[in-house]
Amino acid sequence: MHIVVCTKQTPDSAAKLTVDAAGNVSWGDSPIVINPWDEYAVEEALLIKERLGGNAKVTVISMGPEAALEALKHAIAMGADEGIRIWDPAFEGSDTLATSYVLAKAIEKMGDVQLVLFGKSAIDSQTGQVPVEVARRLGFSPLTYVIKIAELDPAGKSITVERLLEQGRQVVKAPLPAVVGTIKGINEPRYPSFMGIRKATRAQYPVWSAADIGADPAKVGAAGSGVRWTRIFPPPAREGKAEIIQAETVEETVRILVDKLMAEKVI
Amino acid sequence: MDFSLTPEHEMVVRMVRDFAEKEVAPYIKEYDRAHKPFVRAIERMAELGILGICIPVRYGGQGMDYISLGLACEELERVDTFLRVVMSVHVALNSLGIFQWGTEEQKRKFLVPQARGERWAAFGLTEPGAGSDVAAISATARRERDVYILNGEKMWISMASLAHNFLVFARTDPKAPPHQGITAFIVEREMKGVTTGDIHGKMGIRAGSTGWIAMNDVEVPEENRLGEEGEGFKIAMSCLDNGRYTIGAGATGLIRACLEASVKYAHERRTFGRPIAEHQLVQQMIARMKRDYEIGRLLYLRAGWLKNQGIRNTWQTSLAKWFATEASFAAASDAVQIHGAYGYSDEYDVERFLRNAKGACIYEGTSQIHELIQAQYVLGYRQDKPLRCELPPYDPEEWQREA
Repeated sequence: MHIVVCTKQTPDSAAKLTVDAAGNVSWGDSPIVINPWDEYAVEEALLIKERLGGNAKVTVISMGPEAALEALKHAIAMGADEGIRIWDPAFEGSDTLATSYVLAKAIEKMGDVQLVLFGKSAIDSQTGQVPVEVARRLGFSPLTYVIKIAELDPAGKSITVERLLEQGRQVVKAPLPAVVGTIKGINEPRYPSFMGIRKATRAQYPVWSAADIGADPAKVGAAGSGVRWTRIFPPPAREGKAEIIQAETVEETVRILVDKLMAEKVI
Repeated sequence: MDFSLTPEHEMVVRMVRDFAEKEVAPYIKEYDRAHKPFVRAIERMAELGILGICIPVRYGGQGMDYISLGLACEELERVDTFLRVVMSVHVALNSLGIFQWGTEEQKRKFLVPQARGERWAAFGLTEPGAGSDVAAISATARRERDVYILNGEKMWISMASLAHNFLVFARTDPKAPPHQGITAFIVEREMKGVTTGDIHGKMGIRAGSTGWIAMNDVEVPEENRLGEEGEGFKIAMSCLDNGRYTIGAGATGLIRACLEASVKYAHERRTFGRPIAEHQLVQQMIARMKRDYEIGRLLYLRAGWLKNQGIRNTWQTSLAKWFATEASFAAASDAVQIHGAYGYSDEYDVERFLRNAKGACIYEGTSQIHELIQAQYVLGYRQDKPLRCELPPYDPEEWQREA
């Protein structure tokens, strides 16, 4: 079974983002890391491979410039088999529509992919749109907010997952191939192993260009994007005040807290 | 000259940092307050291969280099000193000692399970009456046919109550000059006559185990003797060259922890209408931490590089340890100062940093011993003589060979 995990490189979650007057976003000298949500997707792919007795191949792909290597390296160090970077200067300025086109073309090129895993969203842009867009383009079953892969039957070509929704858990059975958007809680991502780190730093990471994946130039980059950024600005700093409730007893403290929460219509 | 870390090193740093931040930082205060050894953290270090980081793959380790060991120690002690202490005794003082001096059989029997983290290791040199004056140890090993009978007590031993294997030094020849009559032995917890216990009331490193080992007519087979009879002092000193390296690297991590905590707090806390970071005397303390962090790091990385090359590094390692431990105590003291009254309470980490920092100015050569070592080298009173077994230089191909 061939599993593809789509990853993205993002600034470290501790990075301080700044936006200048021209709308340029900077995260200073913060390191570039694998999108933290993607670690769950990589882990899930590795768990599936282990469940299948190793009878699966996990390929990690990332659309991005040189910095995208960090995400691929991290995934290989965790145990993925292969990492492919998909990049072409023509991809610059892609929105989710163009990105999903590129990713779908790359997955199509591989030919035998049964399962595509994503993190729920990227911590930088937080759209969460790419998984469903890729599923739509490939005609794969779109399964998002997945908290558990309950059953996977490559021979019978079916997958059963539990989706965590605001209303509760929804169990969905769908035909393979499928795109699965994982969420936090589906597993506990492993750390890279030392052996994996060595493998990751020595691995070859092929780069697939627009021509390699047979992408139509009109559908990639800014030309293929539907979104136009009219203005980029930092949101105003959130203001808040802390109040410490101190009463004689815990019960009394709780009573005051509950009254206040009710008065504020929080509960 | 190349000051850059390799991509491998950078990934090791991130991995160890992630582990320490996720699995130790949230719980450390609880264990420290309760004086309770944080055993689960050591088990996790074993599972992740950290306990065998720089041991060749064919001996059960991970096949990384000595610089990786130092970098890991920096990251570990940045969160808590006890994590680095585990590395100092398990990896540096014991496992690397067996790696350097052991026979192939000893490496198979003792090093492999230690590097895999299946058996934990400690180092038994110090005694109630012998610390800096190593040659004054009084534990004895009496030969009887093919066994040695060990008697004596070891004190201030990290991991005493948790370790399975102890590298113990005892006097085999009472008539020989003090430095020449000492022999090293691998003592196993299961041996009859071995008892251990923890010391209570320590100032710091309270989430780790520090204790004593008592040996009462312990029969140690000849195959557990490390090196030759009378070679113990040299073995002990070479082990310290590695132990002190991990301490220097760890203390550098402690300085970084103080620096990070102080920078964060200095931006948050306001006095006289502005953040205390804007006050020059606070800036001075922070500048000193930054200076000492950078110096400490350069010193230990140079020592690690020398180890990788297979070049003796006794004075360089001693300098790294002496400088960084003293600087970490000063940094922790200043970090408490910057935090003011809050720093004096255990609500913040810096008071723990201060308590933890002091130990390393005492163990594995007090600061005073290191001052003397430095002076002796410079004045020409001390020179390194070749050893019968040198620490093997790092050879990636050889170290990553499976068998």
